[in-house]
Amino acid sequence: MSDRTVDRVAQATPERVARKIRGLSDRAIAWIFISPTIFLLLAINIFPLIWTIQLSFTNYKANRIGREVKDVGLRNYERILTDSDTWLNMQATAHFLFWTIFFQVLIGFTLAWLINKKFKGNDLWTTIIVLPMMLSPAVVGNFWKFLYQPQIGLFNYIVSWFTGKDPSSFEMLGSVTLAPWAIVIVDTWMWTPFVMLICLAGLRSIPDYIYEAAEIDRASKLRQFFTITIPMVLPFLMLAVLFRGIENFKMFDLVVQLTGGGPGSVTELTSINLKREAFEKWRTGYASAYAIILFVTVFGLASIYVKALNKVKQR
Amino acid sequence: MSSFSVTEPSNRSKWIAGFLVITYALITMIPLVWILLTGFKSPADAISYPPKVVFDPTLEGYVNLFTTRTRQTQEFLEANPPQNWADEIVRQYDMVIVGPSKFGERFMNSVIIGFGSTFLSIFLGTLAAYAFSRFKVPLKDDLLFFILSTRMMPPVAVAIPIFLMFRNLGLSDTHLGMILLYTGVNISLAVWLLKGFIDEIPREYEEAALIDGYTRFQAFYKVVLPQAATGIASTAIFCLIFAWNEYAFAVLLTSANAQTAPPFIPTIIGIGGLDWPAVAAGATIFLIPVMIFTILMRKHLLRGITFGAVRK
Repeated sequence: MSDRTVDRVAQATPERVARKIRGLSDRAIAWIFISPTIFLLLAINIFPLIWTIQLSFTNYKANRIGREVKDVGLRNYERILTDSDTWLNMQATAHFLFWTIFFQVLIGFTLAWLINKKFKGNDLWTTIIVLPMMLSPAVVGNFWKFLYQPQIGLFNYIVSWFTGKDPSSFEMLGSVTLAPWAIVIVDTWMWTPFVMLICLAGLRSIPDYIYEAAEIDRASKLRQFFTITIPMVLPFLMLAVLFRGIENFKMFDLVVQLTGGGPGSVTELTSINLKREAFEKWRTGYASAYAIILFVTVFGLASIYVKALNKVKQR
Repeated sequence: MSSFSVTEPSNRSKWIAGFLVITYALITMIPLVWILLTGFKSPADAISYPPKVVFDPTLEGYVNLFTTRTRQTQEFLEANPPQNWADEIVRQYDMVIVGPSKFGERFMNSVIIGFGSTFLSIFLGTLAAYAFSRFKVPLKDDLLFFILSTRMMPPVAVAIPIFLMFRNLGLSDTHLGMILLYTGVNISLAVWLLKGFIDEIPREYEEAALIDGYTRFQAFYKVVLPQAATGIASTAIFCLIFAWNEYAFAVLLTSANAQTAPPFIPTIIGIGGLDWPAVAAGATIFLIPVMIFTILMRKHLLRGITFGAVRK
């Protein structure tokens, strides 16, 4: 430990020099260095969170400044949890979460596995594949709306070219059955590289000698894949799923640009509903309760998941 | 690796893998290439059926992006001949350029807020990361987890009280407000990433410096900071990209004054609906810096996107 080294040096030297070596004590420096960050987080994250909790028990409306604010107890929570629309939003979110993660894991892992064959130029192509995920979801999502146009959109044109269907016969964003898939497609396009990169790191972390040993034991390639590759990559894959899960639970920008929650409310994910309640209907108290419910849900699910992840890691 | 290695894939499987990956990469690039192409199309070409791959390139989209235009009478147009190439382009619609559009301003807002919040996140983040890396801090793991957990809250949920808070403090729709907010969001990433980078610098360097009579603080900025320069730079780029791309807070909390480019670009209206070439031109200008940074950062990418959880 470095602080012990300092102390040892300081003890062995005269008092005047010792003070110079020590300067401020390590503990003082630690607090001076950490406190601005903690202060900022308290101001930007924790204070608002506490305020949200407090607001969630009231009928406050942020657009009516003079109005008397009444304490309504748990009524907001009760109304949210008994409202069937809430469950429809949760279902839309669950559909979105499940299928984006399913496709991203499937395609992302396959790509990583192929890239790990180390063909010539794999670095270059990896970098190209990664590009979409670094871009602004709002700007790119907005442009996908153009690609999804029924008559003029490139997406519809390509689909019709392969299937022979008339490109104006289906509306990806306007149809109740297709819109939930339209957002899954764009999110998968954007975030598959994320899963791919993490899987690639997992694959590259497997030492060659394990495969060499398996080869000596005459394990088949298929067997090696299921008994070495998959288990060794699993912790990485689970980490990728955790990140994507949290991010997609919070999903707002991409989907709001693509569908705005429509048609009807089939793509109204929880964040989009929250925005409507808070910034269009201005039911601040109700929306605060909704926000707390979402936060508790994501935090709870993430904690359970992290426990599972740690178990897999220890194995 | 020798050619006899059992773990080296065969040439044939390499060839197949390469083919599949390159196919995927080409497909995944189509939307981005389409943005680039649409920016150079005329509005008529942009919405033609079938979609045009070959077309007469024009800078119309870019002119429309940066200017505001009005329709004029024939007499006015004849009396005032076009003054430059941009004028010439809008004349075909009997229009004249009357001034710059808001895009320049919005782009500058993105630059100011992006760089401002990045600087602040890095400054505070480096100090905190150093302290977490080198000192015994009570409840260290809890504090670190607390810092990370602030990222789990949906931005729309945080936006409600922030909106009220900013309104009370007079920070609504200001650059300072957005810089502080983005710093608050980015700092968790900065602390986690930088702690990883500083953890990798051997402590012996500082200990040697301390023995040579440096104070702890001198050791920090004369020894550790230069060693951490690469890590700090790549963390900065991640913070910058996040602030650059952020949409939810920007659309909910800014409007006339401090609005950044992401909420602005989708609202560029032309004649009869969205002006897609102008939207594409704006998107191109907005996305290209990020692409360049991504290519420069490719070695540290994984670390950045996983909060330092995975290091290659």
